[in-house]
Amino acid sequence: MSLSVDIRHSLGDMTVDVSFQTPGGITALFGQSGSGKTTVINAVAGLLKPQSGRITLQSDVLFDSSKRTNTPPHRRRLGYVFQDARLFPHLSVLGNLNYGRRFAPRGHSGRGLTEVAEMLGITSLLQRRPGELSGGEKQRVAIGRALLSRPRMLLMDEPLAALDAARKDEILPYLEQLRDQTGLPILYVSHSVAEVARLAETVVVLDQGKVVQVGTAEQVFSDPSMVRQLGLREAGSVLPAQVMTHHPDGLTELAVSGGHLFLPQINLPPEAKTRIRILAQDVILSREMPKGLSALNILPGTVTEIRAGGGPGVVVQLRCGTDLLLARITQRSAKALDLAPGVPCHAVVKSVSVARHDVGHN
Amino acid sequence: MMDWLGPEEWQAVALSLKVAFWATLLSLPFALLVSHALARWSFPGKQLLNALVHLPLFLPPVVTGYLLLITFGRRAPVGAWLEQTFGLVLAFRWTGAVLAAAIMGFPLMVRAIRLAIEAVDPKLEQAASTLGASRLWVFATVTLPLVLPGLIAGAVLGFAKAMGEFGATITFVANIPGQTQTLPSAVYSFLQVPGGESAALRLVAVSVAVAMAALIASEVLARRAAKRVSGQ
Repeated sequence: MSLSVDIRHSLGDMTVDVSFQTPGGITALFGQSGSGKTTVINAVAGLLKPQSGRITLQSDVLFDSSKRTNTPPHRRRLGYVFQDARLFPHLSVLGNLNYGRRFAPRGHSGRGLTEVAEMLGITSLLQRRPGELSGGEKQRVAIGRALLSRPRMLLMDEPLAALDAARKDEILPYLEQLRDQTGLPILYVSHSVAEVARLAETVVVLDQGKVVQVGTAEQVFSDPSMVRQLGLREAGSVLPAQVMTHHPDGLTELAVSGGHLFLPQINLPPEAKTRIRILAQDVILSREMPKGLSALNILPGTVTEIRAGGGPGVVVQLRCGTDLLLARITQRSAKALDLAPGVPCHAVVKSVSVARHDVGHN
Repeated sequence: MMDWLGPEEWQAVALSLKVAFWATLLSLPFALLVSHALARWSFPGKQLLNALVHLPLFLPPVVTGYLLLITFGRRAPVGAWLEQTFGLVLAFRWTGAVLAAAIMGFPLMVRAIRLAIEAVDPKLEQAASTLGASRLWVFATVTLPLVLPGLIAGAVLGFAKAMGEFGATITFVANIPGQTQTLPSAVYSFLQVPGGESAALRLVAVSVAVAMAALIASEVLARRAAKRVSGQ
C-alpha cells in the first residue's frame, strides 16, 4: 500500500511544497516544529485542503486539485492517532473503541475488539471513562480506536510527544508490535531521532516546508548535512547490528558490518537483529590503530566526506564496512590528522545505544 | 386540590403549560440548527441572521405581536396562505400563542445552545470524521451529546419565557378566556376587575411554583449531563 504525496500549500509566510512516496511499513515524517509535518499529515487525512497538488493511496486518488477531487476524511479510511488522544469524553473506553468499529466496512477480515484490546493492554480499562486514564493509556485507547475502524493506513502525529519518558517507553513496544504484526502501513510524524531510529523503515526529512532527504534511517542519519538539522547532541548515525554473544563479564558483543562492538548487557537473544545509534560527538578519530586506550570499541574505516559547518568543528563521514559513521571533530584535528576523502583511519566509539528491538526476531 | 383554583384559572394554567410545551418542542430543532450555523458555519448574511434572531429580545413585545399580526393574520399574506394550504389559523387561536411564545423565547434558546456548541472542541469532531463518520453522524454522535447540557438549559429558558410571555401574545391572539387566555393574561384580567386580586394571587403562586420546578429540574439535568460529557 503505497502513499504518494505531491502538494503545495501556503500558510501565512510559510509555504509547504513537498513530494514523496512511502513504500509501506513505517514512514517517518521527520523535522523540527514548523517544518510543515502536521500540514502534510492533515492534508493526507483530508482535514486540510492543500492549495494544489495530488495525493494518492495505491490507485485511489484522495485529492487532485487539477480534477477537483477531494475525498472527505470519513471516506478516506485512514486511521488518525493525534498527539492529544482526542478520546470522546462522553463515551467510556469501550464506547470509544466501538465508535471506531461502528463505521468500519463490514465483511473485512481483521482484528476484533478483544484482540486489539489485548494487543494494546487495555482490556482491564474498558469500563473506565477517558478522564480516569493516564496519558499513556489514553494514547493506547486512541490507537485501538483507530485500528478498529479498519483503516488502510495509520497516520500518527507525534503520538508520544505529550508523554514523559516513562510513558513513551510504555507505548513504544506496542508501536513495534503494530509494525511487526499487523503489516499496516504507518505515516509517523515525529521530531524525535530516538523514536524515528527505533520505529521507521523510511524517513522523509522536512525542513521549512521542503523535503530535504528521503531514505532509510541508516542513510538519512549518516548524512553530514543532518548535523546542522539535528544539532550536535542529536546528530549521529544509525547502524543495523546483530547480537553475537553475551559475555560472562556483563558485556554483549554485537556485529556491525565493519567489526564488532561491546555494549553493557542488552536484553536480546543471540542472533537477534537490532539497530544501534552512534552519536557524532561520541566518535574520536585516529590515523593509527590506537594502543593503550581504555575504549573497547574501535572500528576501522575510510573517510568519505568532510563537511565544515560554522565554528571550529567539522563533520567527518566514514565508511566502516558497508555502514556510514559520523564523527564530529575540530577543524584543527582534521588538519593535524591530514584527513581527506579516501584516507583510512580508525573510529574510537565512546558510547553506543540500542535504537531498536526487532520484535519479530524474539 | 382541584377546587383550589376556579375553572377559568385552571384553563389559563393548562393553556400556558400546553403553549409553553409546544413552543419549546417546536422551536428546539430550529434553535439547534441556527445555533450551529452561527457557531460553526460562515456564510453571507450571517450577521443579518444573528440580528434577526435577537430582534425579539430588543423590540417591545407589543411590536413583535403586531408584526406577527400583520404577517400571520387571516388576511395577511402568510396567514392567508397557511389557512388555504394547511387549514392552519394562528391569529386569535392558541396555536398563535405557541408561535408568539416560540419567537419570543428563540433568542434565549439560541444564546444558550450557541455557547454550548462553541465550547465543543472541533478537534473531537475531526477525530470522529477520520474514524469514518459523515458530517451528519459526527453531529449526532459527538456534537449533540456534548451540547446536551446547553440544550437542556436552552430548552428550560425557552419554556420559562413561553410561560411568562404576555405582550406579544395578547397583541397577536388577544385574551379570550378558555381559548387564548394564558396564565399571565389571566392575571392581567383579574387585576382589571374589582375583587379579582385573590384569584390573581393564586395564579401568581402557580407561576412561582412552575418557574421554581423548571429551574431545579434543569439544574439537576444539566449537572448530570455536564458530568457525563466531562469524561469523569
